[in-house]
Amino acid sequence: MDRHADDHEKGARVRRPLAALLLAASLGLATAQQMEASGALRVLGFGVPDEIASVRVERFEELYPDVELQLTEGAIDQQQLLTAIASGNPPEVVYLNRDDLSTYARRGALQPLDQCVEQAGIDMGQFRPAAVQPVTLDGTVYGVPEFNNIVLLIVNTAALEEAGMSLEDLDTSDWDAIARFNEQLTAVDGGNVTRFGFDPKLPEFFPLWVRANGGQLVSDDGRTALLDSPEAVEALEFAVGLHEAAGGRGPFIAFRDTWDFFGANNQVAANQVGAWPMEQWYVNVLVESSPDAPVAFAPFRDRRGNVLSFATGSAWAIPTGAANPDAACAFMAAMTHQDTWYAAAQERARLRAESGTTYTGTYTGNLAADERIFGELVQPSGNEAFDRGVEVILEVQDAAFSIPANPAGAEVRQAWTDAVNRVLNGEQSAAEALAQAQQEAQSALDEAWER
Amino acid sequence: MGAVAQGALRARPAAGPSGLRRAEARAGWAFIAPWAVGCLVFTAVPMVTSLYLSFTEYDVLRPPRPVGLENYRDMLVDPRLRLALWNSFFYTALYVPLSVALALGLALLLERVTRAAGFFRTAFYVPSLTPTVAVGALFLWVLNPSVGILNRALALFGVDGPGWTTDPAWIKPGLVVMSLWSLGGTIVILYAALKNVPRDLYEAARIEGASGWAEFRHVTLPMISGAVFFVLIVNTIAALQVFDEVYTMYFGQMDSGAGSSAALFYVVYLFRQAFEFLNMGYASAMAWLLFVVILVITLVQLRVSRRWVYYEGR
Repeated sequence: MDRHADDHEKGARVRRPLAALLLAASLGLATAQQMEASGALRVLGFGVPDEIASVRVERFEELYPDVELQLTEGAIDQQQLLTAIASGNPPEVVYLNRDDLSTYARRGALQPLDQCVEQAGIDMGQFRPAAVQPVTLDGTVYGVPEFNNIVLLIVNTAALEEAGMSLEDLDTSDWDAIARFNEQLTAVDGGNVTRFGFDPKLPEFFPLWVRANGGQLVSDDGRTALLDSPEAVEALEFAVGLHEAAGGRGPFIAFRDTWDFFGANNQVAANQVGAWPMEQWYVNVLVESSPDAPVAFAPFRDRRGNVLSFATGSAWAIPTGAANPDAACAFMAAMTHQDTWYAAAQERARLRAESGTTYTGTYTGNLAADERIFGELVQPSGNEAFDRGVEVILEVQDAAFSIPANPAGAEVRQAWTDAVNRVLNGEQSAAEALAQAQQEAQSALDEAWER
Repeated sequence: MGAVAQGALRARPAAGPSGLRRAEARAGWAFIAPWAVGCLVFTAVPMVTSLYLSFTEYDVLRPPRPVGLENYRDMLVDPRLRLALWNSFFYTALYVPLSVALALGLALLLERVTRAAGFFRTAFYVPSLTPTVAVGALFLWVLNPSVGILNRALALFGVDGPGWTTDPAWIKPGLVVMSLWSLGGTIVILYAALKNVPRDLYEAARIEGASGWAEFRHVTLPMISGAVFFVLIVNTIAALQVFDEVYTMYFGQMDSGAGSSAALFYVVYLFRQAFEFLNMGYASAMAWLLFVVILVITLVQLRVSRRWVYYEGR
């Protein structure tokens, strides 16, 4: 390289961060966190299907013009990731389910992020505790969380009225009341179920029922399975029992498979279910597909009457051996920064206003971002039910729990899912199924921690 | 003949027949080289590698760690593996005879069709071109106990259809029904075999006063027994390895729980061990067990075939 070129390169090295700092300041990003990053940045498992993704990606590209970003669209392909890591050519960043992260981390496939968190000034305290727990293994952070999908109760008010009940009659802390509600609202016509009273959403919300009953599936340190605790057995017996009013699991599945889940004639609009716990994203489906449906939202409560929710979400992580960890760190920091979230939410609110639909908010997993979004961008829509839905979602965010990080996440999930299914299918009693699941999960945990 | 040509002729015997054979052998190898290389790289090497991995603990992310026979010992006490094997055997035992019988019946019908024969041949074959994942998604609807067309059709005859997709006892029969939809390949093979049966044999049988059934039993079946044997072997192997449709129907989403035990087929369980739990060593051992099972079944079928398969010219 000749001297001029060398000087030019040095000048560019100085000017680029300066320019980026100025741009960051103009964008409102905290300037102290600006990193020096350039080169190729391959991201696996993340696409830009909507403005929440695209605006954030654009922000990153504005901040780091020297980084050549390559997104591999679509949900993460585990085989693709494994092949990339095994061949020594991993992407710089992966976007995956928080529940799966610790399995990779324990096997050494992901880098600890302590240094990145410090360098990029990522404030882990800004994230919801339920979002941080699954990305922290043995006290070390392996992922930066984003989105916090929580569970709330969705109620079909037309069915309530029909049964002469009010929302107050549905107190989920009183399991006898749930059973009565279920009995009263379940409708069977000519041997076919026409309305399900209370769908316990098994097997996926089994952790919620166990927690509501005072138990948990895995110990906080992620080392011990607690699947066969008396609380878990009782919770499973109760939740499975809710299917009996409709004649058991089979008729229920057959009926549920006919629901127009994402359409205008969804199960609320069509009066096919009384109430059920559901992830918050479904509020958006309802507001768009059937804004006039007779619906109400309420928090799910544990048996002591406390508000309770179950959180899931995604996380960013850097695979071991990633060629450009600085750019990866800069990307994760930028994508999860409160200002980036705010910009994306602002665009969504604008688009919704333009199309005359309601913006019900974006639940980022970042508390600071959520406060700004819901404080400044989410306005009452005039639709009382959905406005109350937004309130409920915010109310339950901090009451949410997640399954503690553990290195056998997939096996543990499989163990309890299969156990619940065996009980639903009438193959085993709750105690037998969970005893088997406990053995399978503990064996998987022991092996994973030993490796 | 010129002097040069005469010289060449004199020179050829010096190379000898062995030289010619060597040249032909070289040409032969050159022609099969693309296949041989493909077989070596994409079949032989992965097989040997998976045999090695079956004696290791391997999660792709870290180097394999030798564990001797541990994976094979674990398989002996794995209740899910036993369940998966049972499910696969049950499905195979139900599907293979039914598929061959139905395909043979349809091939016989095709053979008799004179008008629009091309249309019917195409109509029978087209379903087997449908992607297997699409077939799985489609049959979740076809087999739906409440609104599926199969149960609606049964209801027309006063039959209360079972819970094909929701009752664990009916899930495997439901999967057999689904698989019978894609019989195109088997029909084509049997149809071709039927076309090759010499007509004079039928004429001779008729002269002897043979009934339709006797013709079928003593002429048609023996003459197509080679093809029937072939589809039996191929369908057995395919049935033991069924994966795509089953995975799509019952394991693509978490809450399709009715099939979690009843539809846990061997290859589905193998896939889960490999790519969901990252137990590549165990999954490799499972693959070798399946290989041995298929090999034994095929050898038994070969042995038994001597009693009923007729090869013309032997």
